[in-house]
Amino acid sequence: MSDIGIVSYGAYIPRYRIKAEEIASVWGKDGESISKGLGIYEKSVPSIDQDTATISVEAARGALNRCSIHPKDIGAIYVGSESHPYAVKPTGTIVGEAIGATPELMVADYEFACKAGTAAMQTCFAFVKSNMIKYGLAIGADTSQAAPGDALEFSASAGGGAFIIGKDNVIAIINKTCSYTTDTPDFWRRAERKYPAHGGRFTGGPAYFKHITNCSFNLMKKVNTKPEDYDYAIFHQPNGKFPVSIARKLGFSYDQIKQSLMVPYIGNTYSGATMIGLSSVLDIAKSGDRIFLTSYGSGAGSDSFDMTITDDIIKLHRGNAPLVEQMVNDKKYIDYGTYAKLTDLLYWE
Amino acid sequence: MGCGGVARFWREIPQRYNLIGNICGSCNKTFFPPKEACPYCRRKSMGKMQDIKFSGKGEIITYTIIHSASENFQKQVPYIMAIIKLNEGPKITAQIVDCDIENIKIGMKVDSTFRKIQEDGYTGAIYYGYKFRPCNVLVTNNEKEKCETK
Repeated sequence: MSDIGIVSYGAYIPRYRIKAEEIASVWGKDGESISKGLGIYEKSVPSIDQDTATISVEAARGALNRCSIHPKDIGAIYVGSESHPYAVKPTGTIVGEAIGATPELMVADYEFACKAGTAAMQTCFAFVKSNMIKYGLAIGADTSQAAPGDALEFSASAGGGAFIIGKDNVIAIINKTCSYTTDTPDFWRRAERKYPAHGGRFTGGPAYFKHITNCSFNLMKKVNTKPEDYDYAIFHQPNGKFPVSIARKLGFSYDQIKQSLMVPYIGNTYSGATMIGLSSVLDIAKSGDRIFLTSYGSGAGSDSFDMTITDDIIKLHRGNAPLVEQMVNDKKYIDYGTYAKLTDLLYWE
Repeated sequence: MGCGGVARFWREIPQRYNLIGNICGSCNKTFFPPKEACPYCRRKSMGKMQDIKFSGKGEIITYTIIHSASENFQKQVPYIMAIIKLNEGPKITAQIVDCDIENIKIGMKVDSTFRKIQEDGYTGAIYYGYKFRPCNVLVTNNEKEKCETK
């Protein structure tokens, strides 16, 4: 059987940024100590005309620009997000139309907190493996919500990544993937509510750390690898501390994760977080590099991936779409008043 | 619940999402939005008008800054509206985003981006489509070269 994996990729990060200090000053808190505590200096903010659909389209177009795939060859689009613009009407339909992949394709929207994008990757991987489709497009994107004054306001940001999965011209073979899922209510948003709620410190030990640890060890056991066998590792990054801590706990070094660590500069892009981290690694990866990835979605679950970069990475036109580093550095700071307007905190009807 | 202009927007999705115009098979002139017949060739163009997907790259011909907007756009003021000449020929009117007002200028190279255009309040449909942004924003040197050599 031919190798199945990532054929192309794209990412998108909105241009606006707000500093943690600016948010803290509004609520009478010490911004410097919050920044230091969370490991987040600033976060991305969507423009008033951006949402999960527009971010998904930009990321998907970036992926298509880098390769020579005809959009009509994409047989499935799965968009993972917890901020789909519609409660009923799939974001994937908008993406499919905007990239010219309609009408003969499967589409569905996914929701699994911050890991819905990697769940979409697994679905596309399975469809390609079963020969039901030639290529699948997996997207993870969010314009995440945070109630004014909540601790989440320092991290909840916007961005996304898109991956075309197939078996021709694969740049990163997916050697193995597995998941670890339990019923753990660490973070949720009830139906028809605008903002999520969370269990505070409960989001750590029994949630993020337990699921990523078990899923990661399970995968390394299945493929018989050790942390030092990998050139890069990507972990979900709800703040700047957790991914560094889990990497150390699992036996990965800071050097292995630093290329994917975007959260200090763009915040937690939720479903986009591991997707943008992986995109950042693919921006510089070279043939033979081995990549380890474990996402985390509250509720709770983790998806792990073991990947190997192929010789075809040099054929991919990486310069045909913006690199993650370029998007992180292309920014315009806004104050809290503008942030309130752009994120619809001033809700009125 | 009313559905506003849903049908009209739905009909225009090819143009709004992907800049689909057309080209006259007789004189090779391009049009956006697409025309039923070429106004230059008239009868000779019948049956020869073919769809074309424009690249989304072009140049600002002129612009204005909107300070007093209609209700749906009040949260965006001040914003830039421009007439853009696409590399393939047609001129279109669109909003310019990701560009500070003090930096806008005639002759600026731009390319299209996918944005929310408007929505029917908090309960109605959301309408998406093209806006334009400066070519040097969020594109790599390779893309910039493509813009500049056209």
